[in-house]
Amino acid sequence: MINKSAVEMAESLSKGEITSVELTKAHLNQINEVDGQVHAFLHVDTQGALDQASQVDAKRSAGEKMPALAGVPLALKDVLVQKGIPTTCGSKMLEGWRPPYDSTVVRKLKENGIVILGKTNMDEFAMGSSTENSAYGPTKNPWDLTRIPGGSGGGSSASLASFQAPLAIGTDTGGSIRQPAAVTGTVGVKPTYGAVSRYGLVAFSSSLDQAGPCARTVLDAAYLHEAIAGHDPLDSTSINAQVPAVVAAAKDGNVKGMKIGVIKELQGDGYQAGVLKLFNESLEILASLGAEIVEVSCKYFDYALAAYYLIAPSECSSNLARFDAMRYGIRSGQGSAEEVMNSTRQIGFGREVKRRIILGTYALSSGYYDAYYGSAQKVRTLISRDFESAFKLADVLVSPTAPTTAFKIGEKSNDPIAMYLNDIATIPTNLAGIGGMSLPSGLAAEDGLPAGFQIMAPAMKDDLMYKVGAALEAELNTKWQGPILNSAPKLGAK
Amino acid sequence: MSNISRDDVANLAKLARIDLSEDELAGLAKELSVILDAVARVQEVAGEDVPPTSHPLPLVNVFREDVVRPSLTTEEALSGAPEQEEQRFKVPQILGEE
Repeated sequence: MINKSAVEMAESLSKGEITSVELTKAHLNQINEVDGQVHAFLHVDTQGALDQASQVDAKRSAGEKMPALAGVPLALKDVLVQKGIPTTCGSKMLEGWRPPYDSTVVRKLKENGIVILGKTNMDEFAMGSSTENSAYGPTKNPWDLTRIPGGSGGGSSASLASFQAPLAIGTDTGGSIRQPAAVTGTVGVKPTYGAVSRYGLVAFSSSLDQAGPCARTVLDAAYLHEAIAGHDPLDSTSINAQVPAVVAAAKDGNVKGMKIGVIKELQGDGYQAGVLKLFNESLEILASLGAEIVEVSCKYFDYALAAYYLIAPSECSSNLARFDAMRYGIRSGQGSAEEVMNSTRQIGFGREVKRRIILGTYALSSGYYDAYYGSAQKVRTLISRDFESAFKLADVLVSPTAPTTAFKIGEKSNDPIAMYLNDIATIPTNLAGIGGMSLPSGLAAEDGLPAGFQIMAPAMKDDLMYKVGAALEAELNTKWQGPILNSAPKLGAK
Repeated sequence: MSNISRDDVANLAKLARIDLSEDELAGLAKELSVILDAVARVQEVAGEDVPPTSHPLPLVNVFREDVVRPSLTTEEALSGAPEQEEQRFKVPQILGEE
């Protein structure tokens, strides 16, 4: 049962073929079996998950009308607060902290009867592309345990790829949902900025952060998207508009007559040959389904990475000022409040977080503000204009999600610039605030590891990504004779 | 070529309220110089006529009704505090003893 899609599990639940308690236990067993190898979870809430599951079962047997995903388990990225459950953001700074409230995402999950299994590992405060920056040790890629599962949401993607959960929540500031999906053969969606509430999402870069669904199929992601999206008065940047009908779009999956724009700047040098080959094969499939493939140019995308690595650190240096050892989190050192603050932040933050706080402090400091942060904000405008022009020529835009397949753990950890290049194709959407999806495009010829196909849609037209994604996924699954994760190595078997 | 010195990093660390070891100061000075060289290219295209974007949504002020709604109890709000006393956050001394 754990190898099924979330939608298939939901069907079995509603038909009474299985209870939520049984389904939850099956996933808890799988966690026991394989997470020693994968390390996707930082905390497993066994009792809480079983309690939630039995409540769903009780309501269902009482004949209540249940939401679509009621009773299906989920893994939650440890950057979203859940009342009473340890939330660390992968940092020593919050070790032992139990939040006194639920994030809006968690509230909606609970209202939908979705069973929260536990909290997943991540790069500290979501800063990273490999989950190696977690203070609690790296997560391993289920396809090859010596490789990274992507980041920052590597725990969520790895939990899906190792069948420890059929659904997960991620957050995406520069690609932290999509790049992990790409390198683990799973599906990840960053909705339009403002589509999912940020209330209770520990902030990294507030103008870029967006929570979204992670799953093993496009339709599963669509159901989860509808469960968590929607206007929230507790987040002033939440969009007050109807959530696009993404489930209907994923069920429709018809791309006939659609214009699909290939971004010239997001391919070529720096992209692995096998990744590009799979990308082009996916394009041929979409063309064979009746879509029109056009090439578009977004000439300022070459500057996106530079702008991002000024804007995100600047916002992070301000956001992480809240960790002051006074109101929550750890406290260390003696002396005045300032001395305690300095020494707590010394031991509480890891290397990458310190690097970004110092970089952001520099970019925002008087004398450098205009040259760095100010210029980056202007580039952000140019990138949004590039997207606007491109969307006049195409309904959706596409690219490989990440330039390479999963690299080895440790391979890039001493070279920040090489690490940042992982996000080259995912960052532009965050800067413009539009939606992006990654779904598997196949296994690269060089290394047999999964690669991702990225689809980007205009703001609040997230349904278009689901339409295209579902169409491509159906054809690829036929070609592969089943979901790509069927080819992943079996874990846990000694 | 950006040239960030150990003392520059020490000053930034002071502003950011983080104690850094000598190793960290030296390492960050080197890394920051490399990163700033890579990101400085944003200046090449940021013309006078381009307005800055600080946020992807065209929002100005968002208001809500000023009504009482449930909130955390004092106990809940203090539940994560490193130290507390008499229903308040207890913090180390803030002002000097003169």
